[in-house]
Amino acid sequence: MVLKIIFNILFLLIISSTTLAAPDGKRLYSRNCAACHGNDGMGGVGVPLALPGFIESVSDRYLFRTIRHGRPGRVMPAFSDLSDAQVEAIVNVIRNWSGKPAPVFLQTKIKGDVKKGKDLFKQHCTACHGMTGEGGTGTGVTFSRPRKLPIIAPAINNPGFLSSASDEMIRQTLIKGRLGTPMNSYRGNGLKEDDINDLVTYVRSFERHHPVKKAAKITDYLSYESSENMEDTLIAVKRAIRGSNFKLIRIQKFEKGFVKEGQEDAKKVIVYFCNFNMLDRALKIDPRVGLFLPCRITLLEQNGKVQMTSINPSAMSKKFDNDELNKLCAQMTRMYKDILEEASL
Amino acid sequence: MRHIRLKLIVFLLTLPGFLNIALAQDVMMVRSSLRFPEAMAALQNSVIAHKYTLSRIQRVDIGLTRAGYKTDRYRIVFFGKQPELEKITDRHPQMAAFLPLKLVIFAEGDETIIVALNPLHYRQVVDDHDMNILYQRWANDIRSIMDDVSHAE
Ligand code: HEC
Ligand code: HEC
Repeated sequence: MVLKIIFNILFLLIISSTTLAAPDGKRLYSRNCAACHGNDGMGGVGVPLALPGFIESVSDRYLFRTIRHGRPGRVMPAFSDLSDAQVEAIVNVIRNWSGKPAPVFLQTKIKGDVKKGKDLFKQHCTACHGMTGEGGTGTGVTFSRPRKLPIIAPAINNPGFLSSASDEMIRQTLIKGRLGTPMNSYRGNGLKEDDINDLVTYVRSFERHHPVKKAAKITDYLSYESSENMEDTLIAVKRAIRGSNFKLIRIQKFEKGFVKEGQEDAKKVIVYFCNFNMLDRALKIDPRVGLFLPCRITLLEQNGKVQMTSINPSAMSKKFDNDELNKLCAQMTRMYKDILEEASL
Repeated sequence: MRHIRLKLIVFLLTLPGFLNIALAQDVMMVRSSLRFPEAMAALQNSVIAHKYTLSRIQRVDIGLTRAGYKTDRYRIVFFGKQPELEKITDRHPQMAAFLPLKLVIFAEGDETIIVALNPLHYRQVVDDHDMNILYQRWANDIRSIMDDVSHAE
């Protein structure tokens, strides 16, 4: 009986506080989006969403679908776990930044000449959006380091974009541009109505060229056994690092900072190294890569054997959903392996 | 009884929403409206308040600037609990590559961003009962540290 009453009370409490209450859009935005797009939508790792030039040229349908599908391989996550009502609440938050009613676009297909569109694209668009519409390198807005474009040119060959934007919305984007961003109006730039339709048709054709990526299973760390003792392994690791494109930064005991100086376990050692050019490139691609920095190899001696371990940059990179970063990390993984192999000889 | 069970199910289903648990993401991230120095101070205080030892702060920006690259402030904060680190590295040497734990903190204009890898991810490195409990506690602590910094004034 008592149990039943308790359950009834809990039940009413929970139901009234979560299920029936309308989702709190501001709170949802701040939990799910603000870290990247900014509290007030001015951008960061994500692109700005609050610029009138943006809000006033995209439909609610576009926003809704973009949140649902994300931009695979371009950092923007797909929010598949939010309910429709929650996504709508977030769309409203973004819409209210403008205060103007949402534009609505026809869903009809635009039929232009793909070939002509391709030529025009090469001429007018590849400088920013890339040869095949893959977008610029980096993330949203750059605050922390210099870059050519203040706002990243999005990937317009991305399935997440293409399944969200209608032909008409893309057409309007080309005609009006997005005021306050590097994306210009192309009607003012000498393109005629037909040219614009050709371009839209070409952008739409990216839908067909999407290679399905197979996700190979890779381990999260690289581990090699040394044939030497700790002292000689350290010498071998140092030599391998110097022989590669990296600079040796520091060798320290694993326990440094955790136990009194001089009492650290000599059988646990970290070797730090760095390639500043690569670091700078990585941070430009995604400012969050510090998560697997600095470069290091950890040496542990157990039962007379020394094990050399490092993270696997390619595996770490997968967490960021950033195709560009995956490429750089594949290169880093090869360099790590070279060093570890060389040192284990 | 059937009613109670039904209500229990509904209750459990709504629990995540009620407690505001964000679904597991690989990269945990939070924005603070504090400027970098204040956010950094709040971060260090919170790490210590969560009973961790702060072993080192890596000043990535200083290294980059010295090497001739332009960057705003960018630091990595290393932390952990000695008895835990010792036990883990003895039992699971492959975990050593991921420890001590770290938080990345960088300036974004007048605001500050803090990022961490979700420790639940380490299940892919070692997946056993004791470690899973530990990953969960790390994840909770990091979430709580991030909340502290984002609410700090
Ligand atoms: C991890 C960072 C991150 C998070 C979190 C994130 N975004 Fe994004 N978002 C991005 C990036 C980066 C892009 C640009 C993608 C590109 O360059 O192709 C983007 C693009 C977008 C776009 C398309 C903008 C345009 O110009 O058409 C919208 C709309 C958007 N995000 C909304 C949201 C909303 C709403 C949320 C929260 C529910 C969210 N994003 C969460 C990083 C993020
Ligand atoms: C100077 C660089 C630049 C050039 C050239 C350029 N764009 Fe853009 N484009 C951008 C940027 C930056 C954005 C994102 C604007 C924003 O933040 O809302 C954008 C946005 C877009 C969008 C909307 C994509 C989205 O995710 O919101 C489309 C479609 C687009 N451009 C197509 C084109 C086409 C087609 C051309 C050639 C006719 C072109 N752009 C030329 C920089 C450029």
